[in-house]
Amino acid sequence: MLRFIARRLVGMAFVLFIVSILVFLIFNVIPNSPPAQRLAGKNARPFLVKSIEKEWGFDQSLPEQYVTMMKKVFNGELIQYSPRVPVDDRIKEGIPATLSLSIGAGIIWLFFGLLLGYISAIKAGGWLDRTITGLAVAGISIPVFLLAPVLIYFLTFKLEIFPNGGYVGWTEDPWEWLKHLILPWFTLAVLSIGFYSRVLRSNMLDVMNEDYVRTARAKGLSERQVMTRHVLRNSLIPIITLFGLDFGATIAGTAIITEVLYNIDGIGFYAAESINKLELPPIMGITLYGAFFVVFVNALVDIAYAYLDPRVRLGASASQ
Amino acid sequence: MAIDPQPEATVPAGGPGAALPAEPEGGSAGYGPWRLALRRFLRNRVAVAFLILFALIVLFVLAAPLWADHVAHTGPNETHTLQKLHVGDEVREVVTPEGKPIGPQLFAADGKFFLGADSRLGRDEMVRLMYGGRTSLFIGVVSGLITTILAVVLGLLAGYYRGWVDSVISRALDVLWSLPVLLFGIAIGTSLALGGVTIGPIHIEGGSIWVPILIISIFYTPYVARPIRGEVLSLGEKEFVEAAIAQGAGPLRVMFGEILPNLASTIIVFFALNIANNMLFEAALSFLGAGVQPPNSSWGTMISVGEELLTTQPLLAIIPGLMIMLTVLSLNIVGDGLRDALDPRSKIRFEAHTGTAEPEGAAV
Repeated sequence: MLRFIARRLVGMAFVLFIVSILVFLIFNVIPNSPPAQRLAGKNARPFLVKSIEKEWGFDQSLPEQYVTMMKKVFNGELIQYSPRVPVDDRIKEGIPATLSLSIGAGIIWLFFGLLLGYISAIKAGGWLDRTITGLAVAGISIPVFLLAPVLIYFLTFKLEIFPNGGYVGWTEDPWEWLKHLILPWFTLAVLSIGFYSRVLRSNMLDVMNEDYVRTARAKGLSERQVMTRHVLRNSLIPIITLFGLDFGATIAGTAIITEVLYNIDGIGFYAAESINKLELPPIMGITLYGAFFVVFVNALVDIAYAYLDPRVRLGASASQ
Repeated sequence: MAIDPQPEATVPAGGPGAALPAEPEGGSAGYGPWRLALRRFLRNRVAVAFLILFALIVLFVLAAPLWADHVAHTGPNETHTLQKLHVGDEVREVVTPEGKPIGPQLFAADGKFFLGADSRLGRDEMVRLMYGGRTSLFIGVVSGLITTILAVVLGLLAGYYRGWVDSVISRALDVLWSLPVLLFGIAIGTSLALGGVTIGPIHIEGGSIWVPILIISIFYTPYVARPIRGEVLSLGEKEFVEAAIAQGAGPLRVMFGEILPNLASTIIVFFALNIANNMLFEAALSFLGAGVQPPNSSWGTMISVGEELLTTQPLLAIIPGLMIMLTVLSLNIVGDGLRDALDPRSKIRFEAHTGTAEPEGAAV
């Protein structure tokens, strides 16, 4: 196990390095317009461009530029230029909102996804299964761009059940926090609820054909025990992996759109604001941190998977 | 993340030609695998219905210039801020002094402003919807083509040569796969927004739709290339490949002449699913402002424009969203239908769950 973890961590370090190189290439090397001009923003004054050029060392060799960039990122010296605010401060301000949104949505989609998938699998072929499958396909196909405007229009403007967007801190007023987040949570979760219920259903149906399930039945266990103890437990292992990956991807990506649609002042909202102003330093910071986060979560997920399913780590070391 | 074309979608080795089960009805012995697949697909009513829906959407966006020239008499980017619209005896402002655009007129003004105006700029929403759909579909299909070509070439090379070629390609795909797609899409989109990029002889302008196409096709390549590689790996061990090599066929001949035709059904299924995912990605990029650039429209940009007027003109955001959903839904269902039709073994597996066939039939 330790050997597996060590190998996986080395792999992670390698990917992190590649990620940083890619970000460097995207922002500093892509030819055609001087990088300082791009970093300074749309209507930057010449002296700002000059000072950025010096600050980032754009007259030096590429490896030196790379080191300068990484130093800036890790020392928290990344700055957005109009107005001049350290990028890290803005990101830190956005973390509570983004985490509230993603964690809440994650809990909702895991709960409903598993519930619907389980019902669907034990009733496979019946009308309930077909209804859930139909709903799941619909849920997978509704883009957040459609779901959010529809929900906002009917539930917020017409029926006035929910507040109109925005974010209220958890510590300020827990009730308002909840009210502001219910719609965004469901918007973000619907796609995954559909997807997870489908995955769990097909996993469970695969597991039901395994010999050990037949053995369990032959032992005389009740159908309920067979389903929960043997089928469900073994079907959950891939789901845990999937959840880890999706949760990472949600924080570093999918949540952005939901945040914009509901005016939730999180990291994604900051990213969108920077896109519209063509402010590159925040986007550089968010991309790099987001990618680091995702790569890190992926490594954790792999390790957890190897822990839960010994075949993975044994297979990996056996192939060496 | 959108619906990934998961590896489970992989058509088993041998493609449509191999391991066809006996058809339920008799009398199909003389037909080729493609003919059988077509028959299976046509029997799937839902998939056929959604294929027709998709065809209608394509026709709808292709008719954009006809509608613009002969019905709406305006272009997608033409503004009508200060103009008045004659509806019967009534005169209506396209945009009120408060900046509220006119609502859907349907045929009240002979089809002008059929869906109203898009914003305080007073552009014809219907014309923009049709042209925007063209852009969205074009980006989806072209990125799908590029992704498929990249994925097939990489998958063939990795799966056929194995060894270090495979290691390099697989590692690269793994890294690409583990990156947060949307963030990198945004990063590239904004970085190229000023000045564009030059790759060899090709120059791409900052606001060009080739920027999102480039981003989408690169980032979705691993999702298609990894299953294809897996399939090439198993195909490479088949007798017909050995036979071709024994006859003196070179690597290129074997890869493109022998293995590639057996990948056809996988490629077709992934292509349909891929277009759907591409369109969602494009919508996300454009919605955030890092994809299709104004004044051009795409369904994603139209939603972000329309969202600002959600209280007064909700349809401006909802209709483009509905179009995206219908297109993506139809492509996904057609893709699933194609998979069921082209890959009889997945059908057996499905039936095994409901208990009508032997599960052993699906064991790989």
